[in-house]
Amino acid sequence: MNRTINILHLYSNDMNIYGDRGNVLCLARRIKWHGYEPEIIEYNQGDEFPDNIDIIIGGGGQDSGQSKIKNDLIKIGPKLKQLANDDVPMLMICGLYQLFGKFFKTSEGEIIKGIGVLNTETYGMSERLIGNIVTHSEQFGDIIGYENHSGQTFLGPNVHPLGRVHLGAGNNTADIGEGARYKNVIGSYMHGSLLPKNPTIADYLIEQAVKRKYGTFTARKIKEQYLNKAREIAAGRPR
Amino acid sequence: MKVRFHFRYDLVLYLFNCPDITLAIYLRYNRHMSRPLVTILGKTIKSVAGLRGGGSALPGLVVEHIYPEFISHTLFDLPLGVVVISGTNGKTTTTKMVVELLEGQGLKVFTNRTGSNFTRGIAAALLGDINIKGKLDADIAILELDEAHAVHFVEKITPRFSLLLNVMRDQLDRFGEIDNTTNMLRRIADKTTDTVVLNREDRKVAGIAKSLDNHKVKFFGFDKSLSEFFPSDDDLHSKIQSVGSNKKADVILSKFSDHGATFLVDGNEVKTKLKLNGIYNVFNAAAALALARAILGEKADQDKLIKALSKVTPAFGRGEALAVNGKPLELVLVKNPSGFRLSLKSFDANNHATMIAINDNYADGRDMSWLWDVDFTSLAENGVQQVSGIRAYDMALRLRYDEVSVKNVETDLKIALDSFVKESKSRPMRIYCTYTAMLGIRKLLSKITKVEVVK
Repeated sequence: MNRTINILHLYSNDMNIYGDRGNVLCLARRIKWHGYEPEIIEYNQGDEFPDNIDIIIGGGGQDSGQSKIKNDLIKIGPKLKQLANDDVPMLMICGLYQLFGKFFKTSEGEIIKGIGVLNTETYGMSERLIGNIVTHSEQFGDIIGYENHSGQTFLGPNVHPLGRVHLGAGNNTADIGEGARYKNVIGSYMHGSLLPKNPTIADYLIEQAVKRKYGTFTARKIKEQYLNKAREIAAGRPR
Repeated sequence: MKVRFHFRYDLVLYLFNCPDITLAIYLRYNRHMSRPLVTILGKTIKSVAGLRGGGSALPGLVVEHIYPEFISHTLFDLPLGVVVISGTNGKTTTTKMVVELLEGQGLKVFTNRTGSNFTRGIAAALLGDINIKGKLDADIAILELDEAHAVHFVEKITPRFSLLLNVMRDQLDRFGEIDNTTNMLRRIADKTTDTVVLNREDRKVAGIAKSLDNHKVKFFGFDKSLSEFFPSDDDLHSKIQSVGSNKKADVILSKFSDHGATFLVDGNEVKTKLKLNGIYNVFNAAAALALARAILGEKADQDKLIKALSKVTPAFGRGEALAVNGKPLELVLVKNPSGFRLSLKSFDANNHATMIAINDNYADGRDMSWLWDVDFTSLAENGVQQVSGIRAYDMALRLRYDEVSVKNVETDLKIALDSFVKESKSRPMRIYCTYTAMLGIRKLLSKITKVEVVK
């Protein structure tokens, strides 16, 4: 019997700018390698929001992309919030990480409302935080990627960062946190893409999805070809 | 006397490998030198830099600082004016084609041939071509310019013609966003006085026409039947059809085969053989033809144009054909996801040994995310023989997730290239490489085969 895991790619047309597709591809392959059947469902503004979603992935977009999706996001916000509270694993990178927070205040002072899944606030700044980044998390080990953002995100009380920054900037220039977590939702500025070089996070999302749907999850041993060298070299590159 | 003293002093410093100090002294003392003096100075530095194997832009940089109007003053007198070619992909090849098309019509053309498409690269190229009085012996200048640099350039020098090829995802870590890039191209179009040639099939480029006078715009395009070969960024991850629009185009690519193409030129069918390979190079030929027709107007000799087009060979590193130990080797430069995707669609992987070399130096872009926006499944059947470059393991990991098998991974270009040449046996070789990886590979190849040396 095929046991499927449905991945929802949120705003795949307009919010996919920095290799966000790599996260979806990585999940789909690893779901298969773990013995399940991945199904990728693309959701774009105006579509009917599908049922039976097991994992949600979202990425970054250009200003024009964000303005195209922002009303739709507010519309499906309550639905996403409910799914987050029901422990659906989600990964939101960059632009959608910001909009999963309470608001984004641009450097011109305009306030773009977020959906408040994460208790975070983001402020547009003039400085662009850009370059290779390495953070560390107790749960996932070293997390290696690339950041490129001018919005700086600040976490409210009771929200934990995904990792502590070792190299790079992270959420903002004021503290050493990078990313945010709430239940099984992970927000982060890191791309590169994030999941292929940090498969412990990918497997965590898969594990939560499978457990939620089928009760138990037994990970299969995946041979991690090229991974350690790719991580090692990436971590040693100039910012 | 003071100026002359510094001039010589600087040159001595320069000869003793102190270009930075030399530059600083120039900037401090010699801001307003005369044109002939600047010309001589620049030419001298150019030859000295050349002797030392220096980069192509340094002499231009010096000249640009001591005589900021150097380029505009030198280009101002050209009888047919200045032509700017810009866009994300295909600039170098298209520029080369346009130059050869116009030369075939008997024009003397100045161009920034080395692909150093920065303003100072143009200054450096000018230094090589002007006479001692600072006069350029040419009818027209055809310049390839990066979007970001073109914007500054057109503020100083008004182009008569421009050709805008496409807006695709380039190094976002350098230029910001695609919408910005479109605005840059729009500014080039606004500044152009005579004709703007636009890609009808690129939604963003074609959209620039809206804000221009109709008579100022010409299009090039392809027949709808070819649209599957030209994925746009918009349908990169979605099922949206790219919009082959119904606007009238001066030149349309209607069919292509291996080393041949059929164009509709002003409605008339023209068939030709081509030395260019790769679909996107052939599409660039349509762009070049449309631009050349716009420049030449009624004086265009169509038969000669097509004949010249059939003889154009690919530009340096753009599907350029080399030979190693008697075996063909193609170098394909890949700079961004759209270019990489187009190349993979253009070159058939069958019966070829494939190598991919990915560096992440500043000129390549440091962010590896772009590799995840390229679909590599077309390489799955034959596999990839060799992966190399600083980020070889990122590339190998990327291929693993497309379930493409990889034979060898080696970050060192020399070891990788040796093993690739040896293990590809009798198969023709193809290397996809980022910019600095290409420079490295060319340098290595130059020791074993004849390769054009970049000045």
